[in-house]
Amino acid sequence: MSIAEDAAPRKPGFRFERWAPLILLVGAFAIYVGIALGTDQAQYLTFDNLIAILGRSIALGITAIGQTFVILVASIDLSVASLISATAVLASVVMDGSPAMILPAILAALVLGAVVGLTNGLVVSGLKVNPLIATLGMSLIIQGCLSAFVSNFAGEVPAAFQVFAYGEIGPFPLALIFLLALAVLAWAVLRFTKFGSDIYAVGGNEEAARFAGIKTGRIVVLSHVICSVCAAIAGLYLASRLRSGAPWIGADGVYDLESIAVVVIGGTVLAGGRGGVWGTMAGMLIFSLIDSVFNIAGVDSFAKQVLRGIIIVAAVAFYAIRSKRIVA
Amino acid sequence: MTPPVIEMKGITKSFPGVRALGDVSFEVRAGEVQALVGENGAGKSTLIKILSGVYHADAGEVRLNGEAVHFSHPVESLHAGIAVIYQEFSLLPERTVAQNLFLGREPRTRFGLIDGARMRAEAREVLSLFAAAGRIDPDRMVGELDVATQQVVEIAKAVSTGARVVVMDEPTAALNEAECEELFTTVDTLRERGVAIIYITHRMREITRLADRVTVLKDGEVAARFDTVPAPEAIVRAMVGRDIADFYAPPATSEEIGEPVLSVRGAGNDRLHDIGLDVRAGEIVGLAGIQGAGRVALAMALFGESPFDRGEVTLNGGTVDFRSPRAAITGGVGLLPGDRKGEGLVLMQSVRDNGMLTSRAFAPLWSSDRRNTRADTTRMDELLDHMEIRAASYDQDIRALSGGNQQKAIVARWLSMRPKLLIFIEPTRGIDVNSKAGIYHLMRDLAREGAGILMISSDLPEVIGAADRVLVMQQGRIVAEFPHGASEQDIMHAATEEREVAA
Repeated sequence: MSIAEDAAPRKPGFRFERWAPLILLVGAFAIYVGIALGTDQAQYLTFDNLIAILGRSIALGITAIGQTFVILVASIDLSVASLISATAVLASVVMDGSPAMILPAILAALVLGAVVGLTNGLVVSGLKVNPLIATLGMSLIIQGCLSAFVSNFAGEVPAAFQVFAYGEIGPFPLALIFLLALAVLAWAVLRFTKFGSDIYAVGGNEEAARFAGIKTGRIVVLSHVICSVCAAIAGLYLASRLRSGAPWIGADGVYDLESIAVVVIGGTVLAGGRGGVWGTMAGMLIFSLIDSVFNIAGVDSFAKQVLRGIIIVAAVAFYAIRSKRIVA
Repeated sequence: MTPPVIEMKGITKSFPGVRALGDVSFEVRAGEVQALVGENGAGKSTLIKILSGVYHADAGEVRLNGEAVHFSHPVESLHAGIAVIYQEFSLLPERTVAQNLFLGREPRTRFGLIDGARMRAEAREVLSLFAAAGRIDPDRMVGELDVATQQVVEIAKAVSTGARVVVMDEPTAALNEAECEELFTTVDTLRERGVAIIYITHRMREITRLADRVTVLKDGEVAARFDTVPAPEAIVRAMVGRDIADFYAPPATSEEIGEPVLSVRGAGNDRLHDIGLDVRAGEIVGLAGIQGAGRVALAMALFGESPFDRGEVTLNGGTVDFRSPRAAITGGVGLLPGDRKGEGLVLMQSVRDNGMLTSRAFAPLWSSDRRNTRADTTRMDELLDHMEIRAASYDQDIRALSGGNQQKAIVARWLSMRPKLLIFIEPTRGIDVNSKAGIYHLMRDLAREGAGILMISSDLPEVIGAADRVLVMQQGRIVAEFPHGASEQDIMHAATEEREVAA
């Protein structure tokens, strides 16, 4: 550790920030194994159990992939949790047990996501409203509308659609493979397309991006659309998993704040312009491993909350301290 | 004689309440460096912003290769081949050199994806035009490069867009001597390639070294035009409208210099080694050296920001060991940071609030915002008056003031604390000629009132002219000392000697 610290300024080939999420992930995994062995509960170390751990954070992972896009572009989205509830309810109500309505329900959810994202993006980039406020307002609007129509589980998801959450391909859950595919797609977009390159440019220095001829407003809007569509997909997944939609599932999962926390733990800078999707995936794994550690160790749920808060702040402080450059 | 690439005729521009430019004509030809000089507020930036399409002229026309053009957005002028390199670079620190060079116009494969290999190859090709090319790896993050290298990247970016006109706005403001030399070579390269260069600067040395022709702006009008580079005095006279023989304040006489205010013996930390120095009351000591030589580190050690971990520091006869800026301020040290906007000012607060900043920080919690144990607003206003700060009102946001006036407000802040030692870091960076003279005289006045002054500057003529004694630093050590009036060559030699041997 101290060797890396001494070498860092002189040997810029090794970029600590790039590998930090992996280091944290290995650390979290080591703690998990340590606790499982230490408390003599080796049954938690099986392959099936690890898959199960991953399965619990799929909705968070999907949401966080979208959140990565908006944070990279130096925006943020607090409306994802409400949107998840809304799309889950919408899909479940549209399907209402009928397999024929699956496709229209998926489309409806995705369109709702796209519309919300478009609105968020236009308000942020066009009206220049601070994204925290713009998306917080959007969150209140969605939650308010939703509560006006439904107050409990509404509609029903047909068995054919529950495959999304419960289906398996070989030993792997379908949803896990879907999440991985989505992450690969997001990575490819960020890494190989002009759109991805523009995202980093706008997040890094909007003024410079504009002077380079990039249509910055469009990039911000598109990133918000991607984020909201991801949240809509997470809503569909939760509807499939719970077999119905309810107006509180998004808020219950704290998907707004947790998706941001996961992105930040994954090394993406809140100010934008640096980071990526694999960090976010590492962040998601760290989060679910920590949860599992608490479960194994039998930590009570209030203490769990406190510890999670401490871990988020500690992880971000870890980055802040380690990436501080020596100024000449 | 080749026809001009850029021709600006009868440009007039007014802002509410001010006429920024009146009937200014200006031209630049391919393969020449046209220096555009003038004090801050003379209209240089406005002229460039009209050229690049940020502003629109009220009257007059801009011709590019003989054709009238109207740019409504900077992107349009960029596409037309006019690249402006601003003092604040438009590079993305978290992206690689190649990504920055091709920002917004990345080469694509036939699938529409970014062609990374071609981007790197073309980046190498563009960079190979410059002397610094060997040091620049297209895959390095721009944030890892030093300022001078970043500037090369910025210029390479302009070249790679096929710019026929490159505008450089005070490009040496953040560079040290060696880096400046490198920049000059780069400018020569551009000139040889037939690029028309508009070079904005305050520094006479750069004009002598680089310019083919000189245009001087004063109060929004062309004050003088030189088709060959004249003596610096002639340019300065045109800029300020008077001779400034008394540009620098006279050095201290032996009676004015008193007992040591500060003594450092054998001090060091991880960036500084074996530091020994004295600053006497009434004396201005200049610290010269290249970037990274440890001058700022020394200032930060004295100011308690990154303290010494060995050695002995004596301030006004008592041994001190400042572990924080607050402790240093209490002990009687003041520091004027090099990055005025970033470290010195609260831009959205008033001139008076900025002046009161430190005294309020040291006042008891229950004291009023208008009056505390160290200062009150009436006395602050007197101090600001005494500094001759030009502001519409002291309630005005300080960001609207010129750099020179902002600097004076920071000095006023320290005066209310009656410091024994004042450390100035790059005191006149980005400040116009007249205000520079004002700052030099102010420093001298402070010294005469008994303060010791340590001045760090990358502007060698300034160190030589304003300081009573020059210490030269290199690699964290003080390596040489020169009396007032030493030559630039000697100081440069002392600052770089060891490095050449090592290389």
